[in-house]
Amino acid sequence: MKFSLGPSLFFWPKTDVEQFYQQAKTSNADIIYLGETVCSKRRELRAKDWLALGRELADETDKQIVISTMTLLESPAEIITLKKLCDNGDLLVEANDLSAVQIMHDLNMPFVAGPAINCYNLSTLKVLLKQGMMRWLMPVELSGDWLKTILMQAEEENIRNKFECEVFSWGYLPLAYSARCFTARSEDRPKDDCQYCCINYPQGRKMNSREGEQVFVLNGIQTMSAYQYNLINEVNQLNEMGVDIVRISSDSEQAFTQLDKFKQQLITPTKHLLDEVNECNGFWHKIAGMSVA
Amino acid sequence: MELLCPAGNLPALKTAIDNGADAVYIGLKDDTNARHFAGLNFNDGKLAKAADYVHQRGKKLHVAINTFAHASGEERWKKAVDNAVEIGTDALIIADLGVLDYAATKYPDVERHVSVQASTTNLEAIKFFKNNFDVQRVVLPRVLSVQQVRQLAKSSPVPLEVFAFGSLCIMAEGRCYLSSYMTGESPNTVGACSPAKYVRWQETEQGLESRLNNVLIDRYQADENAGYPTLCKGRFDVDGDVYHALEEPTSLNTLELIPELMAMGIVSVKIEGRQRSPAYVEQVAKTWRMALDRYKQSPENYSVEGSWMQTLANLSEGSQTTLGAYHRKWQ
Repeated sequence: MKFSLGPSLFFWPKTDVEQFYQQAKTSNADIIYLGETVCSKRRELRAKDWLALGRELADETDKQIVISTMTLLESPAEIITLKKLCDNGDLLVEANDLSAVQIMHDLNMPFVAGPAINCYNLSTLKVLLKQGMMRWLMPVELSGDWLKTILMQAEEENIRNKFECEVFSWGYLPLAYSARCFTARSEDRPKDDCQYCCINYPQGRKMNSREGEQVFVLNGIQTMSAYQYNLINEVNQLNEMGVDIVRISSDSEQAFTQLDKFKQQLITPTKHLLDEVNECNGFWHKIAGMSVA
Repeated sequence: MELLCPAGNLPALKTAIDNGADAVYIGLKDDTNARHFAGLNFNDGKLAKAADYVHQRGKKLHVAINTFAHASGEERWKKAVDNAVEIGTDALIIADLGVLDYAATKYPDVERHVSVQASTTNLEAIKFFKNNFDVQRVVLPRVLSVQQVRQLAKSSPVPLEVFAFGSLCIMAEGRCYLSSYMTGESPNTVGACSPAKYVRWQETEQGLESRLNNVLIDRYQADENAGYPTLCKGRFDVDGDVYHALEEPTSLNTLELIPELMAMGIVSVKIEGRQRSPAYVEQVAKTWRMALDRYKQSPENYSVEGSWMQTLANLSEGSQTTLGAYHRKWQ
C-alpha cells in the first residue's frame, strides 16, 4: 500500500507553500498532490507556479506528482486555467469536476477522479474508466462497507486491475462548496471584496454551535469538518480490502507526522484512541460523519 | 419559457396543472429521488394517474430519479427509470452517471435532463453530459450569478433550466455532505437534507432550541419565528460572533429576472418544493403564471407587482426572499 499527501485545501502565503513542499520532498509520501482546489481567487501561486513546483518535485524526488484541480468552476476564465493545468504535458492530473474529466478525455490522457466527483457505484465507475480514469477516490461521505461492495463488484467484472483505489484517510474533510464565501462573510465582506482574507486563517475558521461544540470549518467557499478525519485504526482493513493508496490531507505540517504514524501502523498495528473533541471517523463506519465509532 | 412546478402527491399535481404549470416534476416513493420524505411521492398506481392527468391536459411530466445509486442497490434506480418510462414520462431527471448511462442506452428516445444534483456549472461539464448521454436539458445549480448564467446560455450546446423560486440551497447541490456529517444521511445517499427524524425541539430557559442529531442549530427568543432546523440555516458562533454563519432562513425568488432569463433563452423556470402543500403549489403556480403571461403580453412594460412579491414572501422561509447567488452581492 502507498501513501499520498493530498492537496492543501487552505490558502497559505507562497513562502509557506514552498516550505511545506520542501519538507514534502523528504517525507514518507509516495505520491504528492498539489494545486488549488477551492477558490480561483487564491493566487499566491498561479497555475504556472503550481506546475513549476510540481516539476521541481518530480525532478528532485522519485515520488509521483499529481496536479489537483478546482472543484467548483463557474467562469470561462476558470476553465481556461483548468485547461492549462490539464494540458501540462507531463504531470498526472486529479479531476475534481466533470469539466476536467471532459478535458482529460479530449486530451486522451489518464486522470485521477478526486473525491468531489460523484462516483457512488460500479456503473458510474465504469463510465469514468471509459473516460480514462486510472485512480479513484470515493466521495468522503461513503463507508467502508460501501467501498468494499464496489471493489468486490469490480473484481467480479474483472476490472479491478484497471484502476487504483485511494481513500481519504486523515485530515479536515471537504464537505461542501458554495457560490458564497463564508470566510469573507465572517468578516462582513462580500466575495467580490474578500481581500483574500482566507490567508489570515491557515486552518480556516471554526464555526461552533452556541454551546461551544465544534461543527464546521469555514474555508472560503468550502465548508469542512470541524474534526479531523482519522482512519488510523482502519489502515490494515484498508490494506486487506485492496485499497492501493492512503491519503493524508495536507492540513499543516502535522501531515508529515501522520504519514509516519500511518506507515508505522501498517507494520505494527496498535489501537489508537481517537480524541473525540478533535477527531472523527463516522463516515467510514456508516454513522454520523462527526462521530467516533 | 416553461413553468415547471413541483408535486409531492396527486392533489398537488392537479393543483399545479390547474393553476398554470406547463409541466410538473415528481418523484417515486423511495430513496431514488432527492425529496424522500415520509408521506410524500408516488407509488406505481399514483404514477400512472399522474401521467394521465398531465397528458390529458396537454402538459408534461418529468420524473426525478436524482439521488446517487447505492453500490448494493443499483437495480432500484434502474427499475425507477423503467417505471417512469413505462407510464410515459416526458423526461427523466437524473444525476448519477451510471443511471444516465442506463437510461441513454436502454431508452434513447426518452428525454434525459441533468439534475441539479449533478452540479453542472460550466461549459465543459455540460459537454461531458451532452457527449456521453446526449442529454436534452441541464438544470443549473443555484450557485451561478446572472452574468454566469448568461455566459453559459450563450455557449451551451444543451438548453438550460434554472431555479426560479423556493427554498434556497446555498451549496452546490449534490456536493454537500453537511447533512451526513451531522446525521449520517445526506441528499445524495438517502434523498433528504437534515432529516426530520433527527430534529428535536426543546423549550429551555434560554429560549426555544432546535437540534439536529443533538447539535444545537438555533435558539429562539419569544419574539422570533422558529424555522425548520436545516443545518445550514442556523445561528452559529465564529470567534465570538453569533450569526447565520452560512445562510439566513430565506427563499429564492427571481420574478424580477424574468425578462433577463427570457432574453437568454432559458427554456424552463423551476419551482422548488415537492415537500410543500397543494396550497403552496397553487399560490406559486398562479403567481408565476401571471408574471410570465404579463411579460409575454407586453415585455417592455413588465414590472413585478407588489402583491406577487407579498404572496411569495408569505410562502417563504422566514417570510424573506432573495435573489441568492444570481445577485453577485449575495455571494
